Amino acid sequence: MAQQRVIIVGGGLAGLAGSVRLAEAGVHVDLFSLVPVKRSHSVCAQGGINACNDVARQQGYSEYEHFDETIYGGDFLADQHPVLEMANWAPKIIDLLDRMGVPFNRTSEGFRDLRLFGGSLFKRTHFAGATTGQQLIYALDEQARRYESEGKVTKYEYWEFLRPVIEEGRCVGIVAQDMRTMQIRAFRADAVVMATGGCGLVYGKSTNSIICTGAAAARCFKAGAWYGNPEMIQVHPTAIPGADKLRLMSESARGEGGRVWVPRKPGDSRDPKNIPDAERWYFLEEKYPAYGNIVPRDIATREIFDVCVNQGLGVGGENSVYLDLTHRDPEYLQRKLGGILEIYEKFVGVDPKRTPMKIFPAVHYSMGGLFTTFAKGRYNPTQPLPKHKSGSAAPLGAEVGLGMAMGEFANAQTNIPGLYAFGEVNFAYHGANRLGANALLSCIFDGLFCGVSVANYVRDGAPKARPHDQIPQGAFDREVEIEARRYKELAASASRSGDEKTNPYAIHRELGNEMTAACTVVKSESRLVQCLEKIAELRERFSRVAVSDAAAWTNQTLNYARAVGDMLIVAEAIAKGSIARKESRGAHYRTDYPTRDDANYMKTTLAKYDEGTDSVTVEFAPIDASLIAPTARTYGKTDKKDAKPVAAGV
Amino acid sequence: MLNFSPSEGSAAAAAARRASAKPGRTIRVSVKRCEGPGQDSRWETFSVKVDRGANVISVLQQIAANPVTVEGKRTTPVVWDSGCLEEVCGACTMVINGKVRQSCSCLMDEYAPGEGDEITLEPMTKFPVVRDLWVDRSRLFHNLARVKAWVPIDGTYYLGAGPREKPQQQEVRYKLSECMSCGCCLEACPQFNLEENPADWNTAFIGAHAISQARLFNEHETGKALRDERLEVLMGPGGVSDCGNAQNCVKVCPKHIPLTESIASVGRAVTLHGLTRWFKA
Repeated sequence: MAQQRVIIVGGGLAGLAGSVRLAEAGVHVDLFSLVPVKRSHSVCAQGGINACNDVARQQGYSEYEHFDETIYGGDFLADQHPVLEMANWAPKIIDLLDRMGVPFNRTSEGFRDLRLFGGSLFKRTHFAGATTGQQLIYALDEQARRYESEGKVTKYEYWEFLRPVIEEGRCVGIVAQDMRTMQIRAFRADAVVMATGGCGLVYGKSTNSIICTGAAAARCFKAGAWYGNPEMIQVHPTAIPGADKLRLMSESARGEGGRVWVPRKPGDSRDPKNIPDAERWYFLEEKYPAYGNIVPRDIATREIFDVCVNQGLGVGGENSVYLDLTHRDPEYLQRKLGGILEIYEKFVGVDPKRTPMKIFPAVHYSMGGLFTTFAKGRYNPTQPLPKHKSGSAAPLGAEVGLGMAMGEFANAQTNIPGLYAFGEVNFAYHGANRLGANALLSCIFDGLFCGVSVANYVRDGAPKARPHDQIPQGAFDREVEIEARRYKELAASASRSGDEKTNPYAIHRELGNEMTAACTVVKSESRLVQCLEKIAELRERFSRVAVSDAAAWTNQTLNYARAVGDMLIVAEAIAKGSIARKESRGAHYRTDYPTRDDANYMKTTLAKYDEGTDSVTVEFAPIDASLIAPTARTYGKTDKKDAKPVAAGV
Repeated sequence: MLNFSPSEGSAAAAAARRASAKPGRTIRVSVKRCEGPGQDSRWETFSVKVDRGANVISVLQQIAANPVTVEGKRTTPVVWDSGCLEEVCGACTMVINGKVRQSCSCLMDEYAPGEGDEITLEPMTKFPVVRDLWVDRSRLFHNLARVKAWVPIDGTYYLGAGPREKPQQQEVRYKLSECMSCGCCLEACPQFNLEENPADWNTAFIGAHAISQARLFNEHETGKALRDERLEVLMGPGGVSDCGNAQNCVKVCPKHIPLTESIASVGRAVTLHGLTRWFKA
């Protein structure tokens, strides 16, 4: 019998963690990536990774509270069992990364240091300088390289995933293209794991890397995979506006005491350092005395947006507010936040240790993604518990298998058997809003925990009876043929190039502007309908797209144009999900439906692709909310204008 | 052609250039282009209107959307490698005005602050060109495997925490661990040369980045287990003794990694290792 093979598409944290876990289990991994895996978008994560830890535990924190925070932070949209399992695994994941040599910051005694992050009153965020994502991915990249040198992992870097191959109702391989030679070919596998990240490029400029187009997910979507909660797009409150991208200013800047403010006088043109405290409005501290500057992302984003756009109080009349760290000791800042502060200085040319930073919200993360299933674990209370009281005793322990049943095929599997989704492209865990420093966790958790499910599926599931080498060649040839034809047509379009209307760069730019205006901080039915019309116009124009390069070697323009077509599909799913969800929840805020409607919409938005009409349809599916009963998500907001602001927690 | 090298100027001079830059000016961008391996190179110059915050990436994006040279000739978009655009992934490294660096953090306000100022973009020279500004840096990653740049853990099952570590030690390792495999140190190194044939990679100079990574893992309590194997490789052909001590690597490292310190430290370890081995033999 042939060696079992799994294809993993994407070499960020989720793909690498999955690769390492599967290689260790004796399954061969073919790892596909648009870039050398070490350069994946995970490197951009700055702040840290959440987990219950010994100190927080003695202060009353628990894995259960981490779970509760994540559900509450996600505004009760996530299926609850998978989140419980993830939170329970978090401390083990930190320990594993620690063993891999991640240089986590240390206390004077040599223990792992912790910082405060949004959505929690406990220090539960582990970090490595201000480049935690980079440090974690490097550790996993090193382990994957170790397996690669032993022949257990084969890397296909600079290969682009084009489509899954589905035969006998399950995924049996992929079609991919070498970005250098432009060769298109099929690869066989017993299972395929998508670990392709988010879709920030749908918004033109975002905090995402240039490769985060969402195209890979769109290609699975068009092949019949369902997409969950597309409308849940997180806008990060603090980004540095730029010409090519919006660079993240990590939440840890607020966690380490950063204070958000604007001058009370509109258009005040004074140097911020010369504006006395009484003439500054620390609006987050005033409105949310309990959490202050560390309120969760969607709340901070809307408040900043409101202050700038609706109240016209942005710095210098523009869309920006101050994020101020200048009251802290520069040496302390350098030690704790050196990396991210250098980014600001490098790209803006101003030292944030001495001058307040100017920031504004930017599209950052997609909570939505490919819809996946899970097998419930052993913890099944007769009725959901009320919201956990912070710091009180946990109602249960953190044993393996309480949330999800380990090793079951169903975990992180899409509706297409044999096609899995790990990391950001998996819609699970973060509900309607992701808490800071939970993304790295969910990526690695998927790789390690759900990787076992993939290993079991290829051993004991459908591939056992019919392994990848016994699938008829015709199934692969058929799919290669489709992609080869599409590629040829695109290459031939070069002869028509020169018209702005069919220029892929122009189509992408217009898409980004439209999506940013209609589908981010505040949405409304009328504006979304307009957005859908624009998407339809762009899709029509894309059907006649013309690239400006006909080269048969390393034709980036062609790859880019193809991805723009796929972004249009993702955009349609986002817009249609946004229209269908007639309520406000987490990152999804509708001016025409400003409140949460649990009776009708505490459900997963399920987007499906209809091949006949070449369009997206949306329906709602029930969620698993059997562990915690929903409560209003207020983060202790007070409307008392004279409430005394508390110092930001450090 | 503009000759100053902004990276060498003082921070104050850079700030002054940025302050003097006029938004909306037009600059000239000259790109060394090549259709593929074995093909001749040629120069093309583009005229680009830039606003505040423009960098090499946004300039190349503008050119891609409308690839017409200053002579009015329609051409193809420039091919280049990029990723994070915030100088943590290492992808967009190229030679700008004759110096190697990341293109995302290369601000036009600093490099071309005046109307009509010109910048030049070339691919790195120590790696084979794939097309235009995109080079194949596989050898760089291959060399990480040569020195077994990993911690040999027992596997991913739960076995408790890793070794405790003093904050001073963490600071040393963190600094080394910030290496993003961009290859600036290799481009600037007189001892590191273009090797197109992978068969020669195991004997050609391994480069500062890999030596520094060997040090990183030799400094880790568990990573130490492979110390002797790493030192053996670095004692052999293309190892640490091939370093000519030009010290260019440390000057161009965008992450300010103490590469020469790593080379010296590994050099001492290799010498000691050689002696010990000799006595044992």
